[in-house]
Amino acid sequence: MNPAIQAMITMIVGIGGCIVYFYGANLLLDKVLFPAKGPNAGRNINRANMIRPWLFLLPAILALGLYLAYPVFATLRLSFLERLPGNEYAFVGFENYTKMFAEPKFTEAMINNVLWLMVVPAASTALGLLVAQLTDRLPWGNVAKSIIFMPMAISFVGAAVIFKLVYEARPVDVAQIGILNHLYLTFGGDEPQQWLTIPFWNNFFLMIVLIWIQTGFAMVILSAALRGIPEETVEAAIIDGANPVQIFFKIKIPQITSTIVVVWTTITIATLKVFDIVFAMTNGQWETQVLANYMYDKLFRAHDWGMGSAAAMIIMLMVTPILVWNVYNARKEMR
Amino acid sequence: MDGLSGQKPIVVWLLNISVVLIVLLWLFPTLGLFVSSFRTGDQITASGWWSAMFPAEQTLQIRAADPDEFRVETSDGVFVVEGQIFGDEPFEGTIQAWSTSSRRLGENAPGDTYDMGDGESFTLNADGTYIWQGNDDQISGRAQRVFIDAETPPEFTLDNYNFVLFDEDNSEGMMKAFLNTLTVVIPATVIPILIAAFAAYALAWMDFPGRALLIAAVVGLLVVPLQLALIPLLSFHNSIGIGKGYLGVWLAHTGFGLPLAIYLLRNYMVGLPRDIIENAKVDGATDFQIFVKIILPLSFPALASFAIFQFLWTWNDLLVALVFLIDASGQTTVMTKQIVELLGTRGGDWEILATSAFVSIAVPLVVFFAMQRYLVRGLLAGSVK
Repeated sequence: MNPAIQAMITMIVGIGGCIVYFYGANLLLDKVLFPAKGPNAGRNINRANMIRPWLFLLPAILALGLYLAYPVFATLRLSFLERLPGNEYAFVGFENYTKMFAEPKFTEAMINNVLWLMVVPAASTALGLLVAQLTDRLPWGNVAKSIIFMPMAISFVGAAVIFKLVYEARPVDVAQIGILNHLYLTFGGDEPQQWLTIPFWNNFFLMIVLIWIQTGFAMVILSAALRGIPEETVEAAIIDGANPVQIFFKIKIPQITSTIVVVWTTITIATLKVFDIVFAMTNGQWETQVLANYMYDKLFRAHDWGMGSAAAMIIMLMVTPILVWNVYNARKEMR
Repeated sequence: MDGLSGQKPIVVWLLNISVVLIVLLWLFPTLGLFVSSFRTGDQITASGWWSAMFPAEQTLQIRAADPDEFRVETSDGVFVVEGQIFGDEPFEGTIQAWSTSSRRLGENAPGDTYDMGDGESFTLNADGTYIWQGNDDQISGRAQRVFIDAETPPEFTLDNYNFVLFDEDNSEGMMKAFLNTLTVVIPATVIPILIAAFAAYALAWMDFPGRALLIAAVVGLLVVPLQLALIPLLSFHNSIGIGKGYLGVWLAHTGFGLPLAIYLLRNYMVGLPRDIIENAKVDGATDFQIFVKIILPLSFPALASFAIFQFLWTWNDLLVALVFLIDASGQTTVMTKQIVELLGTRGGDWEILATSAFVSIAVPLVVFFAMQRYLVRGLLAGSVK
């Protein structure tokens, strides 16, 4: 069947199904099961209202449970199993983990991931804050912000191609087409560099791609937070003789700390899961492996589900503090 | 106030210049790809894309017309070949200098007649017409070579796009991947909205035990890495017979998009005025009617925000498509996967790479600039994901 027709049918079935479900279930509840008339009208209405929320929630709960909650436990289980030929599993305890910890490629991925976590959220947030502050009162600030925000719309793979062109190296005797090597040679470099193959530093050239994408996100949120600062606090500081730098660091930053933390943690999660950039640009060669790509290697190239699941659990473990903190905050807010 | 009015002009200038520099820094990488996608492969390797806007100077090596075929005897023993050095194709650049030998590059100006010795001479005019004159012996054999220092104007072409999108013989074309991506994206954007909207309404405006717990669960699921879901769900899809395919990828995107959808929509719906809803209830409207007739229309901005997020996310996704959609046949490849393949097979062919990448980037960019307002609003409401 033609995929386009299949997509149309899916949409009609999906949307139609949803409408029929929600409408039909309501009708069933109100007219058949607990009709709001007859001797028990009052009791029926109450009963219907007790059930209705669950009717509204059922599809969402099913989808969330099956596609996000169940996999966490299934992956945890898989990480303690070894897949044997013929769809059999054997319980191996922590063997997948110990084997994984012993692999140099895993250690490399862990170290790199920690490096990413230290650099990318900090750099994106700081740059975002800087741009938000600089463009705050600029007449053309919105245009500038739009352009810096734009990479948000570009896929990681697209960004990978974009930056591969930036990092492109050509032999020394022909024209350079990568702008980085062009600048490097113009400012006194002796020969073109293959930036992505220089161990350790190549990690930073990959991080630049994510920073380039995430800075716009940080900027948008921090810019709104900066605008939310009460004018009086800034005015009072000016009257007291504070200079712009002092105002920025001592008056504004303390007032938006909670927003900075939100931005920081959000980018941290994106950084933890980084996959496409490494997959497309180096595929973990030249010591650039990261956890998500290591996991993909194990799952779909080595077909080692045990170790792949163990790697996934490590990512989950690193996300958990943020998860707990988010839930804690959300509950505090609701009270 | 730290408005511009109270500041010295020099500070204002510095501010403007530093913002311009940052903006250029951010724009340059994308611009490079954009410009490259309109240049031929030869142009891309001949000079950096940043020089594509300016006229390029290059030395062309061209031969005059074949003397054995085109020479004309004007008077006794004098043979002449006349013609247009660039042939039939119009030449858009300007000739700055020329010569007949690679050892004397650029020694003659246009219009000069160069004496090649023994009565043989060559004249090249600025418009490309030439006269090559000599005796029977000289005007024969191989045609005279001419080295022309020419300045060619910037030249851009749509050929790359034609090749990448519409060339039937191009097995690595993007058209199929483009349509496949579209097939993935549209249902994967629309279906979660509907499911999430009902759930968000229940979580925002209906009172039932366990509500707070469910909201907390949604917030928690927001950050669960989808990496964990790959193997369990693939096994699940295989066991119920979906396998790898569109249905699987639609379901997966729906599941992964739901937490953000519910979270965004609930936050928005909670902020709607309580009076409207209570008045409607007093007038006898059921929850279903309130939802469809009041809440949905009022929530349009939040619906639009989520739709953009989900659209960008599914359009740009690689991992979910790799795991749940793309099978060994390669018939269902999406653009991101196709580009990764091209990076492997056509690593040096920047005209193909740049164009293919830009085909996939263009649609999200248009959506981004058209709907930026909603995107920003959504980010501000749901900056947890």
